[in-house]
Amino acid sequence: MAATIRIQAEPFDAAAATAALTEGRADIGAVVAFTGLCRDEGGRLAALELEHYPGMAEAEIGRIAAQAQTRWPLLGLTIIHRFGRIVPGEGIVLVLTASAHRQAAFEAASFLMDYLKTHAPFWKREHLKDGTTGAWVEAKEADDRAAEKWR
Amino acid sequence: MKLVYFAWVRERVGRTDEQVVLPEGIDTVADLVGWLKGRGEEYEYAFENEGVVRAALDHVHVKPEARIAGAQEIAFFPPMTGG
Repeated sequence: MAATIRIQAEPFDAAAATAALTEGRADIGAVVAFTGLCRDEGGRLAALELEHYPGMAEAEIGRIAAQAQTRWPLLGLTIIHRFGRIVPGEGIVLVLTASAHRQAAFEAASFLMDYLKTHAPFWKREHLKDGTTGAWVEAKEADDRAAEKWR
Repeated sequence: MKLVYFAWVRERVGRTDEQVVLPEGIDTVADLVGWLKGRGEEYEYAFENEGVVRAALDHVHVKPEARIAGAQEIAFFPPMTGG
């Protein structure tokens, strides 16, 4: 099963991506959809800017997807990760996992997000409502621990 | 060999990428970081906290002890914050 992986600046449509994943399939019994959204951090944030490493982003997400396919019996997998300027309320990342039964789809989606956050070469920077450029978002230890638990 | 930098490592170094010719004896990523730190205060600043900056060899994550012989492109960047 070939995973669909897209690194793009444009917004994505989670419903359309889910429909594309399941179209014409009678074997899929479960689809888990995770969408990561840009928050405004209590009204402070105007936008997030995501820098990425072109080439490596695709390669690393491909390796993470391949690991998920080895560990769980997936029937479909879609990962879309955006870069560039993203405003609060918009999606940043979409992970869709499809399997015959729900447990594999739930677990694979959780694994994929834990690994994307800690291994995919993307970096967030804040742009504030007052027009200034804020700080680079710092990596969280909790995210590292979340990824560690899958080892 | 091409070096590329991202996020605050890029800002501190003051460039997105550069070509370098390494002297003899620079065998590992850690050796390369040590050599870069001797090239100026911008590099010293970028790599001031040993162990924070991550590296990738030809688009694959590596540890400081990884050997760099044969690599086309080495990237340095902060811990990732995507997703």
